[in-house]
Amino acid sequence: MEFDNSKPIYLQIIDDIKKQLIRGELKPGDKILSQREFAQKVKVNPNTVQRAYREMENMSLVETLRGQGTFIYNRPGMLDEIKEEMASRVLKSFLDEMYSLGFDNEKIIELVEKCQQRLEEDKR
Amino acid sequence: MIGFQEVTKQFGSTRALDQATMVFPKGKITGFLGPNGSGKSTSLKMIAGLNRPDSGSVLIDGHRPSVETKKDIAYLPEIDHLYPWMTIGEAADFTKSFYEDWDHNKYMELMDFLQLEPSMPIKKISKGMRAKAKLLLTFSRDAKIVLLDEPLSGIDILTREQIIQTIIRDYRAGEQSIIISTHEIQEIEGLIDEVIFMDRGRAVLQGEAEILRSERNKSLVELMKEVYHHGNF
Repeated sequence: MEFDNSKPIYLQIIDDIKKQLIRGELKPGDKILSQREFAQKVKVNPNTVQRAYREMENMSLVETLRGQGTFIYNRPGMLDEIKEEMASRVLKSFLDEMYSLGFDNEKIIELVEKCQQRLEEDKR
Repeated sequence: MIGFQEVTKQFGSTRALDQATMVFPKGKITGFLGPNGSGKSTSLKMIAGLNRPDSGSVLIDGHRPSVETKKDIAYLPEIDHLYPWMTIGEAADFTKSFYEDWDHNKYMELMDFLQLEPSMPIKKISKGMRAKAKLLLTFSRDAKIVLLDEPLSGIDILTREQIIQTIIRDYRAGEQSIIISTHEIQEIEGLIDEVIFMDRGRAVLQGEAEILRSERNKSLVELMKEVYHHGNF
C-alpha cells in the first residue's frame, strides 16, 4: 500500500479497507489482519494502525471480538452506504473543480454524457 | 517522557544546542529531524548520559540522566562503535554483560530476520550488514527508551526496509519510546507519531505527525522544506 504523505495515514488505511470492500476483495464477515500484522505489512506505526482500527469500530465498519480478531461488520445495507459515500466524495471533488472552471450544471451534464459516449465508442 | 528545558551546550566556539526546549512523549515514536549540525546527535547523547548540558535541564521521567536511567536506554550511535575484531556473537555477549534487559529469544529471532550469523567477523562484513548488526544489538534489549541516531544513513533501500520492519516488529506501542534522528524523512513518514524539527540548536517545530498533515495538507518532507527554506512555521 502506497501512502500520500500529505494526508493523515489512518484515514488512508480506512479508505483502503472501504475500497477493498467495494471491489469485493473483502466481504462482510471477513477477518482482517491483526493490528500488528497490518502495521508490519504496510510499514506503518502500530499507534496509527490502532487509531484506524478504533475509528473503524466507531463507525461500525469492523468489530473486534476478544481473542478472535477483527472482522468486517456484517450489517445489511452497509456496502451500499460505503459505495454511496465513496462515490459522492469523488463527485464532490469533480463538481468543485468544474464549478471553479465556470461550468454550470447543464453544461456539466452535457459534457459528462459526451465523455461517456466517447468512452463507450473506445471500448468497441 | 523526556523533557529538555532551555538546554544549551557549547563545544569550543560552536553552540550545538541553544536554549533548546522540547518534549519526547512516552510510548511514541518520535522523528527527530533536521540538517547536519542542528543538534540532533548532541541531544541524543545527552539523553544517553554521554554529555551534560552547560545550562538548562534534561529530565527522563523526572530524573536527570544517570547510571540508573542508562539501564532503560538502548542507544544506537551514528558512528561505527562495534569493535572490528569481534564477531557479531562476541559483540552480543559483550553488550549482554552490561544490560539486564537482554532478551536472548529476541536476539535469535532478529538474527534470523536480519539474515546475520553470530560467527560473522565485524571487520569483514559490508556497511549494510554492520548497520543491521548495530540494530540487532540495540533491539535485542527490552529497553523502555530506544535512541536511534541516523539508523538509515548510507544504507541501501532493501536494507532500509528491513531496518524499518525491525523497528515496527517488536515495538511496544504506548510503553516504549523510540527516538529516530534522520535525514531520510520520506522513508520514515509512516513510522512516526510525533515530529520535532531542529534548526541551529533549537526545536523550531514540534507536533503530532497526523495532525500536522491534516492541518497543513503537507507531508513531513514538504513541511521540512518549508521550515528550512523560508524559516516560517
